[in-house]
Amino acid sequence: QKVSVEVLDHLEHLALVDFRDSEGVERLQKAIEFADQLHEVNTDGVEPLDSVLEDRCLYLREDDVTEGNCTKELLENAREKVEEYFVAPPGNIPLPKLEERDTFLQGS
Amino acid sequence: QVSAALKEGRVTPTELCQQCLSLIKSTKFLNAYITIAEETALKQAEASEERYKRGQPLGILDGIPIAVKDNFNTAGIETTCASNMLRGYISPYNATVVQKLLDQGAVLLGKTNLDEFAMGSGSTDGVFGPVRNPWSYSRQYKEKSVPKSHSEDKESNWVITGGSSGGSAAAVSSFTCFAALGSDTGGSTRNPAAHCGVVGLKPTYGLISRHGLIPLVNSMDVPGILTRCVDDAAVVLGSLAGHDPKDSTTIQDNFKPFELPNLTDVSKLSIGIPKEYRAPGLSGEILTLWSKAADLFQNAGAKVVEVSLPHTRYSIVCYHVLCTAEVASNMARFDGLEYGHRSDMNESTESMYAATRREGFNDVVRGRILSGNYFLLKQNYEKYFVKAQKVRRLIANDFVKVFRSGVDVLLTPTTLSDAAPYKEFIKEDNRTRSAQNDILTQAANMAGLPAINVPTALSERGLPVGLQFIGRSFQEQQLLTVAKWFEKQVQFPMIQLEEIKRHYHDVFQHEKSASFS
Repeated sequence: QKVSVEVLDHLEHLALVDFRDSEGVERLQKAIEFADQLHEVNTDGVEPLDSVLEDRCLYLREDDVTEGNCTKELLENAREKVEEYFVAPPGNIPLPKLEERDTFLQGS
Repeated sequence: QVSAALKEGRVTPTELCQQCLSLIKSTKFLNAYITIAEETALKQAEASEERYKRGQPLGILDGIPIAVKDNFNTAGIETTCASNMLRGYISPYNATVVQKLLDQGAVLLGKTNLDEFAMGSGSTDGVFGPVRNPWSYSRQYKEKSVPKSHSEDKESNWVITGGSSGGSAAAVSSFTCFAALGSDTGGSTRNPAAHCGVVGLKPTYGLISRHGLIPLVNSMDVPGILTRCVDDAAVVLGSLAGHDPKDSTTIQDNFKPFELPNLTDVSKLSIGIPKEYRAPGLSGEILTLWSKAADLFQNAGAKVVEVSLPHTRYSIVCYHVLCTAEVASNMARFDGLEYGHRSDMNESTESMYAATRREGFNDVVRGRILSGNYFLLKQNYEKYFVKAQKVRRLIANDFVKVFRSGVDVLLTPTTLSDAAPYKEFIKEDNRTRSAQNDILTQAANMAGLPAINVPTALSERGLPVGLQFIGRSFQEQQLLTVAKWFEKQVQFPMIQLEEIKRHYHDVFQHEKSASFS
């Protein structure tokens, strides 16, 4: 089954990354087909593995401040900033819908 | 050996540093380095020289030139991950492993080239271009290659280094540094190590800190060590391993650095040969080499048994799903706001993010992000992501069963064949190539086990072929001891490269000065 345009559009929204061309979409199709091989394996009664270190306790350290005060260094790598703020464009504007976006998917 | 030379004053750290820097310049065509930190390296070398003069070197690594893969943060030095997204990004801090090496007095020569964000198995997909395998220019390879026509120069026949730590492997292999850091998520340290004829160690997950290593797959990434001999790898491991409060995935057990014994009696050893590693596509040459290696152990008195890891062939599929899923999450931090590339698009936050990511990432990265997001969709989560996690447990359990049955170390091939010519390699896309090439190295990452590539012999084409040893969790000492014994038995030849001969002629008289320990 091919992935529907709605799902492709949804993915572009979620990832904020574009498919760019039919090759990109093909790539996803092939990736799904490849992953489908997983269903050949019988995993009844098997617990999912999150970490190979699951048998150990997570390290918790004391709640002491050991570093910080590096505002200047951190701001150096940002392109847009004002005083000690990172500047972002307005946030409450959603990405345009499929019909209005300049995306490859529009033609599909 | 170089370390001893430094101590005895036969050579000074600044001389060594300058030799390496000039060799880097002569081997620029390899494209192994992205950034060369000439000034800071010389300063570090001078400081080291002072310490040697006072008779107070910090340790074996003092004054030793090293290189670091460009996905490790290095303070004050550009860290790009071979991507447009991080071009111009100057790290504000040192990754823990980098800091540890610097604290030991090592001299950081520069950052090495890789596949973009360490995604790939050829070191061909970074924005700075592909890395060329130094063996492409070796006498051994040139002797075996038949020039098709007089005008076809050696330029077009060069072979890849493997990936994704290709730059680091090429740097060590071409003698421009004595050790290099790579990263290993699916075989990214061992694969190029095999193709470039160097030792590539993937430590147990949790042994070495990942703080400062730009993450790909948090549950599988480890820093990798590339050196020219097993003893060197043990030395570097000794300086890097141990708990790091800044990385909560490092174990708290005390790590004691060790020196490798010279094993002479292998009769108490049990070597496992997993039959599923006779993968489709495995070259006849490597199969023979693998067989010979098994015989070598058997003839020396070790117990060699065939074992089974039944879920091996699903490892690559499982990796594909888990990797893309974690990548989708890890790459979300690149939005242009705090660091890295930022698009000029300013209409809204979302459109700025989208434009930045469109401009910053290449096809491979974008492809993996989108696939990962697909597998993480609500309707797919159980079917793909959780399913892959369950298969992962089955794979890890395979290893547990085998090691519990008395096997000490597993012996497998590292790659399916020797290094492919670049022209051939690029005929298939990144995902296909990764799926093909990671097949033998991937499972160790799934299970978090330590594994090492030991260069074994030259192929018929005159290129290096390596074999892989996989050990028990946190048993690096045993693993490296076996690897060292094997290394001694096979006597892998040194690369015969014109540039190296020219540079090291005066400093070292004989050929064996390949190691620093």
